[in-house]
Amino acid sequence: MSETPAERSDARRVLCKRAGRIWDVLFVPAAKPVLIYCLLPVLIFLSLFIGRYDVNPVHVVLLLAAPVVNLLPENVLHIYPVWSAAEANVIYQIRLPRVIAAVLVGAGLSMAGAAYQGLFKNPLVSPDILGVASGAGFGAALAILLSWNMAMIQISAFAFGILAVTVTYLISRMYRTTPTLVLVLSGIIVGAFFTALISLTKYVADPYEKLPAITFWLMGSLASVRYEDIVMIVPFFLAAAIILLLIRWRINILAVGDDEARALGIDTKRMAQTIIVCSTLITASAVCIAGIIGWVGLVVPHLGRMLVGPDYTRLLPVCLLLGACYLLIIDDLARMLTNAEIPLGILTAIIGAPFFAYLLGRRSVGWI
Amino acid sequence: MDMILDVRKAGFHYDPVRTIFSEISFSLAEEEVLCILGPNGIGKSTLIRCLANLNPLCAGTIQLHGNNIRSLPHRDVAKVIGYVPQAHEIVFPFPVRDFVLMGRAPHLGHFASPGREDGAKADAAIDLVGIRKIADKPVSAISGGEYQLAMIARALAQEPEVLLLDEPTSHLDFGNQIRVLEIIDRLATEGLSVIMSSHFPDHAFLTSNNVAIMQHGSFMAYGLAEEVVTEENLKETYGVDVSISYSHTVDRHVCVPHRAGPCRCHGHHATACTGKGAVFKASVR
Repeated sequence: MSETPAERSDARRVLCKRAGRIWDVLFVPAAKPVLIYCLLPVLIFLSLFIGRYDVNPVHVVLLLAAPVVNLLPENVLHIYPVWSAAEANVIYQIRLPRVIAAVLVGAGLSMAGAAYQGLFKNPLVSPDILGVASGAGFGAALAILLSWNMAMIQISAFAFGILAVTVTYLISRMYRTTPTLVLVLSGIIVGAFFTALISLTKYVADPYEKLPAITFWLMGSLASVRYEDIVMIVPFFLAAAIILLLIRWRINILAVGDDEARALGIDTKRMAQTIIVCSTLITASAVCIAGIIGWVGLVVPHLGRMLVGPDYTRLLPVCLLLGACYLLIIDDLARMLTNAEIPLGILTAIIGAPFFAYLLGRRSVGWI
Repeated sequence: MDMILDVRKAGFHYDPVRTIFSEISFSLAEEEVLCILGPNGIGKSTLIRCLANLNPLCAGTIQLHGNNIRSLPHRDVAKVIGYVPQAHEIVFPFPVRDFVLMGRAPHLGHFASPGREDGAKADAAIDLVGIRKIADKPVSAISGGEYQLAMIARALAQEPEVLLLDEPTSHLDFGNQIRVLEIIDRLATEGLSVIMSSHFPDHAFLTSNNVAIMQHGSFMAYGLAEEVVTEENLKETYGVDVSISYSHTVDRHVCVPHRAGPCRCHGHHATACTGKGAVFKASVR
């Protein structure tokens, strides 16, 4: 094949153009919501029969439908077990809790990130801006160091995450001017402090057993999620998500400016507190079952903005769905790419960063 | 006449050592337009922020329909007072219509989103200031003048009785300045009260009935435009010489600054150069 560089670049341009056209067709305004809303159920289903152990897709459907359908009287409709015990075990005990956790954590982190970006009027803010992740990380590292059991590790992570944000908020209250800027600064202070404490914990930890445990925990994984963990965090998640969804139109006004929001009759202080409490509950519960998973809360809100614009009435629900989809895909890759599990925190950045760079080049975002 | 706003001995400071203003008293009637003049950094914006209930006064009171403004919830104040701040950057590119719709906030519950009726009111406000054409554009993609008008439309969507405008004509070109002032004038004749700050004494003659000149932390002069905007007051406030005369061409007073140095015009215009500049030139030679 003899192809001049000019021809090659022509071919590439055509290819790019075609890819762009596909993108535009996929995201025409009318198709957008339908596409976004359909994506999640499809991905959930795919995630359930993807994995090392092959499960017949028909069996997956029957397995999922059985508990509901069998509530009906037996003579109306009944699903008899055609699947093996191993299949039922894989779906119900291993994959389903993992899928539910990925949906919750992805949706939660994205909503928390979007809400924070509005509150701080800054598109570069992520849910751990106030130090929740470093605090929770230290809580978990300390618990591992002290050989506490799994439940105590989670409780310790959750408690220290909340503690870190509380300290951040109290520090910011010492100064009366420009509240959001001081809040970000004290978040950096508290984050740095807890990061140092994590390093200290690692330094004194036994290098053969506890140090790897701490390190893997901090990289994030959904591999060991159980139903008990999900039951524990679901109340926090639901409560915080519902509150954020209820006040979502008002986040728009807060995103325009504090003064203007107050002049429009909004109690900005209480609203900031509400957003901080909700986002912290979501992030702390996510970190305590899944470890530290970066990038989701930063990238997904931007993806959402490119699709539906900056209006939070549309953006927040879309972030919820996209975040769930994003983490499901990442988690599927984490368990499929290699024989060993790849920690989630690594994959979210390795896949998220180039994808984000591509999107920035491809679509105008408004704020650049 | 019923007073909407009544300000008594208002004083404010960020830092007890440095008073921004003190002992300011005035009241605002229905359909009245009050223009606040004064040099840079004298506290015009701070006074307007206090009137909008964004900063608490350190002394004195502001009464809104007879109630102390500090005792009222922000929401109730926002139903009466619309505040148009100086233009600033917005991070997220909301479309103009969504931006104007935010003005409906004081009339909506904490968990509510604006409905069809709110949309209609926002559209009416957009038509009133004449920015229908750009209603779907993001606020980051419109000009400074259009942004100023969008902010006025948002304040109008609040359905307020008083409009507070902080230097509504700064950053605007000549045509847009006049357009904004015309809209303010029209709103006042339709029953709105307006308080605005400005850097141009001429604007006071264009739109206002009352003018206050802020100097040395208080109102140096306050009253009808023709009585307050005088050559002496402007000389004292801004330290420049101006002439104020009645122009029959435009049927109002005009304010014209004097030339500071010698006249630099040449050729056939030179003969027309008389007065201060020419005298100065002559005395140098």
